[in-house]
Amino acid sequence: MLRLEQLTKVYKTGDKALTDINLSVEAGQVVGLIGPSGAGKSTLIRCVNRLVEPSAGKIWLGDQELAGLSKSALRRQRRRIGMIFQEYALVERLTVMENVLSGRLGYVPFWRSLTRRYPADDIENAFRFLDRVGLADHADKRADALSGGQRQRVGIARALAQEPDLLLIDEPTASLDPKTSRQIMRLIIELCNERGLPAIINIHDVPLAQAFVNRIIGLNQGRVVFDGAPVDLSDEVLTRIYGEEDWVALRGKPGQENEDVEAPALDAHRLEAAQ
Amino acid sequence: MMTQPTTALTAWKRNTRRHEWLVWLAWLVTISAFIVTWQIMNQNTLWFFLADAPEQIRDLGGRMFPPSWSYIHYLWGPLWDTLNIATLGTLIGIVIAVPVAFLAARNTTPSRRLVRPLALLVIVASRSINSLIWALLLVAILGPGLLAGVIAIALRSIGFVGKLMYEAIEEIDTAQVEAIEATGASLMQRLDYGIVPQILPTFFGVSVFRWDINIRESTILGLVGAGGIGLQLQAALNTLAWPRVTMIFVVILGTVVVSEWVSSQVRNAIR
Repeated sequence: MLRLEQLTKVYKTGDKALTDINLSVEAGQVVGLIGPSGAGKSTLIRCVNRLVEPSAGKIWLGDQELAGLSKSALRRQRRRIGMIFQEYALVERLTVMENVLSGRLGYVPFWRSLTRRYPADDIENAFRFLDRVGLADHADKRADALSGGQRQRVGIARALAQEPDLLLIDEPTASLDPKTSRQIMRLIIELCNERGLPAIINIHDVPLAQAFVNRIIGLNQGRVVFDGAPVDLSDEVLTRIYGEEDWVALRGKPGQENEDVEAPALDAHRLEAAQ
Repeated sequence: MMTQPTTALTAWKRNTRRHEWLVWLAWLVTISAFIVTWQIMNQNTLWFFLADAPEQIRDLGGRMFPPSWSYIHYLWGPLWDTLNIATLGTLIGIVIAVPVAFLAARNTTPSRRLVRPLALLVIVASRSINSLIWALLLVAILGPGLLAGVIAIALRSIGFVGKLMYEAIEEIDTAQVEAIEATGASLMQRLDYGIVPQILPTFFGVSVFRWDINIRESTILGLVGAGGIGLQLQAALNTLAWPRVTMIFVVILGTVVVSEWVSSQVRNAIR
C-alpha cells in the first residue's frame, strides 16, 4: 500500500535526517516506528505527506507517487492520508464537531467550510466517528474543554473523517498517562483492523509498541537498523537501535503491562472525567 | 566529609566583572543625566510665578465651579459626533489593519523580502504620527469637519491594530495549522481553521481597546477643527467660559468611563 524508495532528507543545516529509507507497508498492517530522539522518526512520517519536503526518493501510495506532485495534486492526495499528533493538534477554540469536520476540508469548497455548511453525509459520518471513539455527547463542546485522552479521540475521529487509505501517527500517547495510553492504542489498532487501514506509529514506549503492533521498524541516525516482528526485539537489537544500556533490569516481558498495577489508583479521577 | 569549602576557590558570582562595570556605568549615566536635565528644566522657571500657584488654583477653581449644567443641552450633538468619529474611524482602521497584519507577519506574508517590509512601513508610519497631527494635516487637505476626524482616527488605528495583530499571528501554535494542512486543506481553509480561531480573542480585545483609546483621542480632535466635542471645548476656552469648560470635562469623563467599562466587559467576555 505504502512504499518508500531511497527516501532521503537532508535539512538546510546539513543534518542528514533520513538516508536511503526503503520500506513498504501492506494494507491492514500496523507498523511501530521506534528509535532514539533525533533518529528521524518524525521526519519520516512527515515526509510521507510532505509536511516535510523529502530531498530525494520516491513515495508510492497505492499507484500514486507523491514526492513529485504539484501543490494542488498533493492537496488531493493528502486527503487519503490521516494524521494523528502527539499534542493532539486540535484547533483548541473550535468545537469538537468542527474539529472532526475539518477532516473534510480537502473535499469541500471554501465557502462551505467557511459557513460550516458541510454536506449532510459528512455530518452524519462525523457523528458516527464521534460515537465510535466514545465522544457522542461532546460534539458541541470546545476542544480545549476536554481531557487529554478525549482530545486524542477527537484527533482520531478527525483522521477517520478523511476516509483515509493510510494513517500516520506521531507519538499518540506521549502526552497521556499509562492507562489512557493503552486505551488510545487499543482504539487505534481496533480501527485499523476494522477498516484494513495500514498505519505507521511513531512511539517511544517499546513495551507498549510490542503489545499492540504487528511489525516494528527500528531507526537509528536516519537508517533502518531493524525490521521485524515484536518478539524479535532482543537486547542485542535494542542496543543496535538505542545504543548500549542494561535492557534486562527495567523491561517487562512483551505484552505484560507492568504499569497497570499502580495506574488505576492514580488515574481514577481522570477516568471518571472521561466517562 | 567536607561540607564547607575552606578556600574562596569555589566562590560564585552571577555576573562577570565586566558585566558589573557596565551596570555601574549605566547607573552613573542615568543619574548624571537626571541632574543635568533637572538643571536645564529649572533654568527658565520664574519662581515668583510659581510662588502664587496655590492662589491661582483657588482662583481658577472658583471660577470653574459650579459647572454650567444647562450647557449640557448644547453638548449632546457634539458628543454624538465624537462617538461617531471614534467608532467609524476604528472600523475603517480595522478593515485596513487586518490585511496589513497578515502581510506583515513572518508566517503568513507572501514575501519576506518585499511585501513584509512594505507592510511594516505602513504600520510604523501610522504609529509614528499622533492622531492630532493626522487631523491637522487632514483639516488642511479636506477642510474642517467630521470627515477629517474620522480619517485621522482611522490612520492612527491602522498601526496600533496592525502591530498587535501581526505579533499575535506570529505567536500562534503551528501544530494546529500543520494538522489542518495535513487534511488537504487549501490556503484559505488553513487561514480560516488554523489561524483565525487562534487570533480571534486578540482581534476583539485589540479592536475594542483601540475604540476605547479613540474615544479619548477624538474628544480633542475638535481643537484643530476636526469636529466633535473638542470644538465646543476650544470655543469655551477662547471665551474664558470656565463653567462651560468644566461641564465639557464632566461629559468627557463620563463618556470615557463608560467606554472603558464597555471595553473591559468585552475583553472579559472573550476567552
